[in-house]
Amino acid sequence: MIQLTGVSKEFSKRGYALEDVSLRVRTGEFVFLTGHSGSGKTTTLKLIHMAERPSAGEVLVCGHSSAKTPERDVWKVRRKVGYVFQDLSLLPGRSALENVAFALEVTGARNSAVLPRAQRLLSRVGLAPKLRSLVHELSGGEQQRVAIARALVNDPFVLLADEPTGNLDEHATRSVMQLFWDINANGMAVVMATHDLELVRAYSNARTLELDQGRLVYDSASHETAPA
Amino acid sequence: MSHAIREAIAGIRRAPVLTGLSAAMVGLALFVVSLFSLAAFNLRVALQEVEARVEVVAYLREGTTPGEIEIARTELAALPEVLEVGYVSKDEALRRARRDLSDFGELFVSVEVNPLPASVEVRLRDGSRTKTAVEKIAETAYYYPFVEDVQYGREWVDKLFTLRRMAAFTTAVLGGAFGAVAALIIGTALRIAIFARREEIYIMRLVGARKGFIIRPFLVEGAIAGLVGGGVALALTWGTYQAVESFLFRVSWIPASWAVAVVAAGTSFGVLSSAVAVRRHLREV
Repeated sequence: MIQLTGVSKEFSKRGYALEDVSLRVRTGEFVFLTGHSGSGKTTTLKLIHMAERPSAGEVLVCGHSSAKTPERDVWKVRRKVGYVFQDLSLLPGRSALENVAFALEVTGARNSAVLPRAQRLLSRVGLAPKLRSLVHELSGGEQQRVAIARALVNDPFVLLADEPTGNLDEHATRSVMQLFWDINANGMAVVMATHDLELVRAYSNARTLELDQGRLVYDSASHETAPA
Repeated sequence: MSHAIREAIAGIRRAPVLTGLSAAMVGLALFVVSLFSLAAFNLRVALQEVEARVEVVAYLREGTTPGEIEIARTELAALPEVLEVGYVSKDEALRRARRDLSDFGELFVSVEVNPLPASVEVRLRDGSRTKTAVEKIAETAYYYPFVEDVQYGREWVDKLFTLRRMAAFTTAVLGGAFGAVAALIIGTALRIAIFARREEIYIMRLVGARKGFIIRPFLVEGAIAGLVGGGVALALTWGTYQAVESFLFRVSWIPASWAVAVVAAGTSFGVLSSAVAVRRHLREV
């Protein structure tokens, strides 16, 4: 479903963010993408989301190749790949319901379907009692849930999450992680970038990929350490 | 398209102050342009009124027969630049002199012999009052042996046409400058309005909205801001026109096509500026 083949990403100012990375994520997998800050986790997620294009190699997402998908067709990829951003990127001054409804409206959902579907998605992430709350009135964990609900609007095949528990306390972290597990249990692949190794250890049945200075150095699925 | 209009109206409702400020800035920028249009139009009207007085007068020798006069009138009237050819008899010339030159006192009242010649007056069509046309008609008239002299105020006509060229040049340069400044102000106003909503654009793009779907509501918003701004500009110009007309001097209101052009320019600039600004934000995602 997701395949990176010999992918490198070079930025003009800071050099290589990724170097010759090859990996594959299958349908229904739960994958932790770990590594220190600057190891290339966010760049990997952005490449999968086609917010960035590789300098070398190819990214294949649900049949869309980075080499063959023009900018005008990127929306097709993004409707198959949900993304929970590190900074959440919620619209301030709007309610949880409005934030999710907005994503539905702009992706072409029928008018009559927008609100019921937004309500269902928010209920699914446990926010039914807080539909009308403005996002800045919600806790960090609740805001994270709004962002997850929004990422699900297009029924994606895979959910990308960039440090979703980075700013949460232990209780909220457990609760949000459970939500990701539940989503994954329904067959949706999850790729979660995190530098929290305790979290990774706590969910040891998930697959773990480790990046170091832009190189893939560990893949729990193969139990092999790639040459540095 | 219905989504674009609905979303544009929703966008305006969400940020009414910002949209109002954008429309006001567009309105003020276009007000300067339409005020200049009002001044330029009135300058043109004034010059046209002066130009309308440009005519060629052929003074006839004593003893010119009615047949000869008729030939000259018919032939001159057949020229494409000529509107009409009138005949002023000696008596008519004296009557006019007594009426128009009253400062000369008894000079024209007590004369026993009329010293003034009969003449043929050639009036030109609109758009044909060029220096070349005037000279061509004067030359043609002078060709008749019974014409003693031809006058059209050569120096006056030269100055008038120089003035008209200067006015046209100045209008074009100043109009272009005002238009460019207005375009910049409108562009900046709408860029600010769109910049304030860059998060929406960012999120739309990241959740998989099509580019056209993202852009269209902003284009509609730009068009609305431009349209309202154009209307505001026209209203302000109308107010200024009424004030000048009531308290200062008589002026003419700009033609309807000019008024439509002001509103159309506002709308077009609104759409164009929005398109440029949104595309810039889209490139960042």
